[in-house]
Amino acid sequence: MNLAVEIPGLSLKNPIMPASGCFGFGREYSQFYDLNKLGAVIMKAATLQPRYGNPTPRVAETKAGMLNAIGLQNPGVAKIIETEVPFLASYSVPIIANVAGSTLEEYKEVAKAFNETDQVAALELNISCPNVKQGGIQFGTDPYMAQKVTEMVKEVSQLPVYVKLSPNVTDIVSMAKAVEQAGADGLSMINTITGMQIHLPTRRPLLTNYTGGLSGPAIKPVAIRMIYEVKQQVKIPIIGMGGVMNAEDVLEFLLAGASAVAVGTANFQNPYICVEIIEQLPDTLNKYGFSSVKAAIGGAICE
Amino acid sequence: MQKQLMQITKKKDIALDTVEMVLANKYISKYAVPGQFLHLLVPGQMLRRPISIADVDKESETVTIIFKILGAGTKQLATCQVGEAIDALGPNGNGFPLDMKRDSTAVLIGGGIGVPPLYYLAKKLHEQEVNLFAVLGFQTKVHVFYEEKFQQLAQTIIVTNDGSYGKTGLVTDVLDNFTKPINRYYTCGPMPMLSAVKRQLVNVEGYISLEERMGCGVGACFACVIPTDHQGGYKKICQDGPVFSAKEVQLQ
Repeated sequence: MNLAVEIPGLSLKNPIMPASGCFGFGREYSQFYDLNKLGAVIMKAATLQPRYGNPTPRVAETKAGMLNAIGLQNPGVAKIIETEVPFLASYSVPIIANVAGSTLEEYKEVAKAFNETDQVAALELNISCPNVKQGGIQFGTDPYMAQKVTEMVKEVSQLPVYVKLSPNVTDIVSMAKAVEQAGADGLSMINTITGMQIHLPTRRPLLTNYTGGLSGPAIKPVAIRMIYEVKQQVKIPIIGMGGVMNAEDVLEFLLAGASAVAVGTANFQNPYICVEIIEQLPDTLNKYGFSSVKAAIGGAICE
Repeated sequence: MQKQLMQITKKKDIALDTVEMVLANKYISKYAVPGQFLHLLVPGQMLRRPISIADVDKESETVTIIFKILGAGTKQLATCQVGEAIDALGPNGNGFPLDMKRDSTAVLIGGGIGVPPLYYLAKKLHEQEVNLFAVLGFQTKVHVFYEEKFQQLAQTIIVTNDGSYGKTGLVTDVLDNFTKPINRYYTCGPMPMLSAVKRQLVNVEGYISLEERMGCGVGACFACVIPTDHQGGYKKICQDGPVFSAKEVQLQ
């Protein structure tokens, strides 16, 4: 079974990759399995300076999902390039660097820094983090801002740029079109959906940040709908994500129009989930009459 | 740390809403040290539950856990029956340092469901012939567990908030009554208790086991962190902890 997919900057031996923020920089999961089995790795978000994130509690379990408000904790792009990228580069797996920031200038600087290494294959532009006060989601909910930040990063980046879209918008298609026009090489969707949980004993929001990003199977139908809508209106490829738990879910994302699929929250439940999905994928594709991953992409869309 | 199946070999209610479970697994029982935890997959729950290791029997290749039924996850876990297998990541985290000399003196201070990890610690320190005091705090009489087990290893004082059993008040009310000078303390329990213990025993070397809502439990998601200084440094409870030197962490 041919699981390979080609999208800008990424020759993937299979379409499965851990999603940003759910896999750190790979070290922890490398004690469970050989990372070479993955299609790619998306690193945890990088900002220009170190960020220490939000006060705890930062996670809350929900029905079929979880809320998180980590707040982009990371050691800063320089440290990531110095200590984390070389570790991942010791595997023959394309590295996608997630680029975050509070200002246009910061996005540009972080993107530049990753371009100066020769170990990163593509950038994922994080314009959709719901858990930071400035930046992040404000770039992801306003088509003008999204276009602006994409253009600026494209100006300084030789690496392909996948823009990670926020589902916290009324019109996802206009966001996708705006970043496509700005030169994005691909889309990554969806990020988490903003949510809240009240802690009954204290009568207050459970998360110290009050709101958090909802992930897990609860958001899968939203992701599928958005990818399905966007795929019909843009030409650039989509890395799909949102509540993937098994190979059937992956096929659903492919059929909706994703060319590759990222797995997030499921890693916390089962550290082996990415490799188990990769192993199950040929049988699943076969079962539903597909002879390759490519054959399934966009298959649900009626012309 | 590995992902392993652990078969339940015993299960017992030992206090109100408090369950003791014995889990068989060769790998985890072989490598577990005091203070480490298991990250258990509870059927029907999205996230695993971190549960501290209360005891290990290397011969029978079993690990004992004690948990309190507090929410949906622990409620579900309590319905698991002898013979069933639980999916566990373990042993996780660093564990308590055991570098204490013979005839030195340690006090173990536990609050409620923070008591269990101190039991395996007490066993190990007792083997090393360390003099042990234990101060175990519970809400009321019906919550008290493991008193006799600790008595066999340590001079044990039970404290209940309402005075329904043992001494009345908080664990910090009885920390001045020891008959020997204390070389080190180990503590685990609710955050206000840990802060109070740290303040009161500021001149004693101390080790604190922390608890926090966890995501991955392996150090990848940055959900369970604790401030380490006023400059914004953090450590990960699941990976760098759960045991920290009292000096190393800022308690709320």
